[in-house]
Amino acid sequence: MNMMTGAGQPQVAALDISKLDVNFTTRRGEVNAVKQLELSVPRGTVLGVVGESGSGKSVSAYAVLQLLEANGRVTGGSICFDGINLLELSSTELKDIRGREIAMIFQNPRAALNPVRSVGRQIADVLVAHSRVARSQSKAKAVELLQQVEIRDAESRYHAYPFELSGGMCQRVGIALALACEPRLLIADEPTTGLDITTQNSVMELMMTLVRQRQMSAILITHDLALASAYCDEVVVMRDGRRIESGRPEQLFNHPVDAYTRKLVDATPHKGKSVRQLLPAAQQQSAVVKAAPGEVVLSVKHLAREFRSASGTVQAVKDLSFDLRKGECLGLVGESGSGKSTTALMVARLLDTSAGSIQLFGDNPQEYVDIATIPSAKFMRHDQRARVQMVFQDAGDSIDPRHTAFQAIEQPLRGLTRQGRAQRRARVAELADLVGLPQHLLNRFPHQLSGGQRARVNIARAVAVSPDVLVLDEPTAALDVSIQAVVLNLLADLQAQLGLSYLFISHDLYVVRMLCDRVMVMCNGEVVESGDTGQVMNSPVHAYTRQLLSAMPALPGVDEATDAARSNRLRPPSLRL
Amino acid sequence: MQHGSPDSVSSLPQREIPATTVNTDGKPVAGGASIAVPQSSGMGQLWSIACANPLSLVAFALFFLLIAVAIVGPSLVPYDPLASNASIALQPPSAEHWFGTDNLGRDVFSRVVVATRLDLSISVMAVVLSLVAGSVLGAIAGYAGGWLDALVSRVMDTIMAFPLFVLAMGIVAALGNTIENIIYATAIINIPFYARLIRSEVRIRRNSTFAQAAFISGMSHWRVLLFTLLPNALPPMMVQMSLNLGWAILNAAGLSFIGLGVRPPTPEWGIMVAEGANFIVSGEWWLAVFPGVTLMLAVFTFNLMGDGLRDLVDPRQRQ
Repeated sequence: MNMMTGAGQPQVAALDISKLDVNFTTRRGEVNAVKQLELSVPRGTVLGVVGESGSGKSVSAYAVLQLLEANGRVTGGSICFDGINLLELSSTELKDIRGREIAMIFQNPRAALNPVRSVGRQIADVLVAHSRVARSQSKAKAVELLQQVEIRDAESRYHAYPFELSGGMCQRVGIALALACEPRLLIADEPTTGLDITTQNSVMELMMTLVRQRQMSAILITHDLALASAYCDEVVVMRDGRRIESGRPEQLFNHPVDAYTRKLVDATPHKGKSVRQLLPAAQQQSAVVKAAPGEVVLSVKHLAREFRSASGTVQAVKDLSFDLRKGECLGLVGESGSGKSTTALMVARLLDTSAGSIQLFGDNPQEYVDIATIPSAKFMRHDQRARVQMVFQDAGDSIDPRHTAFQAIEQPLRGLTRQGRAQRRARVAELADLVGLPQHLLNRFPHQLSGGQRARVNIARAVAVSPDVLVLDEPTAALDVSIQAVVLNLLADLQAQLGLSYLFISHDLYVVRMLCDRVMVMCNGEVVESGDTGQVMNSPVHAYTRQLLSAMPALPGVDEATDAARSNRLRPPSLRL
Repeated sequence: MQHGSPDSVSSLPQREIPATTVNTDGKPVAGGASIAVPQSSGMGQLWSIACANPLSLVAFALFFLLIAVAIVGPSLVPYDPLASNASIALQPPSAEHWFGTDNLGRDVFSRVVVATRLDLSISVMAVVLSLVAGSVLGAIAGYAGGWLDALVSRVMDTIMAFPLFVLAMGIVAALGNTIENIIYATAIINIPFYARLIRSEVRIRRNSTFAQAAFISGMSHWRVLLFTLLPNALPPMMVQMSLNLGWAILNAAGLSFIGLGVRPPTPEWGIMVAEGANFIVSGEWWLAVFPGVTLMLAVFTFNLMGDGLRDLVDPRQRQ
């Protein structure tokens, strides 16, 4: 409405969804995934659809192209594209619209590409299928498209298979595929989830530049409020299949009307926010104040790890040294391939080291055990095992699907203590209280628990044997923001209460900023910068740290520099500053 | 069906008392709080799966019928399965002799019923043997990897390289014509299926996060293999097992059919079909058809049961 292309002409929407209902038939009966949804994408604008998992945001997008799974169907409403109701078209008519008029970019680019056909040929196939070009010229056109998505050496990459390309490259190919037939509407479903932050930045920039250049309309579906606000003209918030609120990003995120939107905005980590501020005021407990870090518990010296493969030796971690004090939280930040997870696995003694020592100090600061000398295949039965525990990234995958929550939390007590059954039962009940897991959920299986509950089980298991050091490998990466907020607070509380030392691995700089006392930035197996969190975040010295920080999307109104960049981004390319 | 229903009724009381089972299982009853999600017992679970899937219901009912016939059948049959009576030889089915009589005047119905126990025990024992041996070999190969894996896998490939029925014939012929040897032969030819399945299931999960979590929790290699990796391989194993029960019955019957294995006059479905086959041309079809149909029904039951059994051992199927 407020996006005018000409002088006050009435705007015809590129896509108009009204009163859309989508139902799924499941074993437990009908599930109403999208309820009375109203969406409108004015021509030449980008609409953001944000929401947490299960909000129906992806389902509505799939409904537009009628790509719903077999058990789903549209039960009501209309989807008008250029005045044509897509729901009334036959499947052959739809085939002409899919890809040619409306294109889609999928979440997992590698899975969206055919693994046994070279990427160039896949683009050529699309061109030929929609009779854009003859087979003979398709190669030249595909190469041209690859060049447009800024793939270097497009001529030779034409013959590359998806597995030979990085995730970011695959998504560029995905964009090339989507734009091959010059569609008028682009639907991007979480296009950068799973990509590194700097890659996300360049992929989003590329996608949005192309969209604006071609004056296309687009729908960006994402769980990331900051990402949506950075690239969209208008944002719609969805929850449980319903539209909750909509508006321009600045207005929506600075002055949310709906309580749910406010909760989402609050829970989104950004610069200058403390971990307590992520939760609504009512839930901000007066938590135990964290004591100042004490003696050194863990001292890592000259740690290194190399992996040998047929193509040569890779140095995953090179000469890494750090100290971790009692009650301290040390952040380890880096992108995929930086060696941060390898470090986590080595410190947790699930992976053998190639060189270096990992010294665990006891009560006497002069005595230590070098746990790096114990082979990881034997460490599980070693008496130091209980002192280093780990919280894994995906709480769902890290619980045996055949174990109940109780059995999962009980596992370390069985393996590492001599407690009897009654003692263990009492301890599990105590741990459940500690992490805020209701007692009646203890005999549920992981698939019967929500993401947040699984995260609590995971944390309860890790602290069950009162370890000194807790290695947290991206503990909130797979969680929705509102659940992430709760889990981060829980972690902060636990650290203060139990005096735990955290080695916190994350790719999210905002999360690290809130939780960690000190931070190390890793790149290609080396620490490029380390120091006090505030200092590293506010005045980064190394170019890589600066690059990481600038790639982080920010909510509007938080940072003036990013606001300026945003308004520049939203301008048509010709008017850009 | 009559045998199916008492079993399912007897399962009900077990479902009604979750509180006591929960306590003895070591599950938490913190502060005496009631458990919100009762963990249904095996029988209760069986019942809910059977209700959800009518085919599973049919399969389980037929299975319980077969078991009941195998247990109590021999003491209920109207005639002695071995008693011959030349005066009533080759009579067609009648009210007196439901499935007719054979060339020696023996009651075919009694013989079919009595044979159930022998055929079921041969197949069940063979499948259990191959399941145990195959699981041990496959689990070790999948977990250890390296030369041990290569050795086990190549031995399995060697077994698979033979036509399996011919291999079984050879084993029985070499070891001697006894019931034990039929069981061993049937077990040996089925080992590779289990070993390969378990090996791949263990390999997939060997580096899974929950196996790592078990290591972090101080579980040794053996405990992770036995209590984490093997139980997770159960669902596909159940499907394999039920298919295998069918094959094993066919295999035992086949061996008897060609004269290896169970010897006359012992009632056994395979021999009965073999002997009856001679009489089909002269119009006495009932000698071969009734044991044959029973055999088919048993195999059909086991094959149908697979999905139900898988759902039974997979907690993810529980609501």
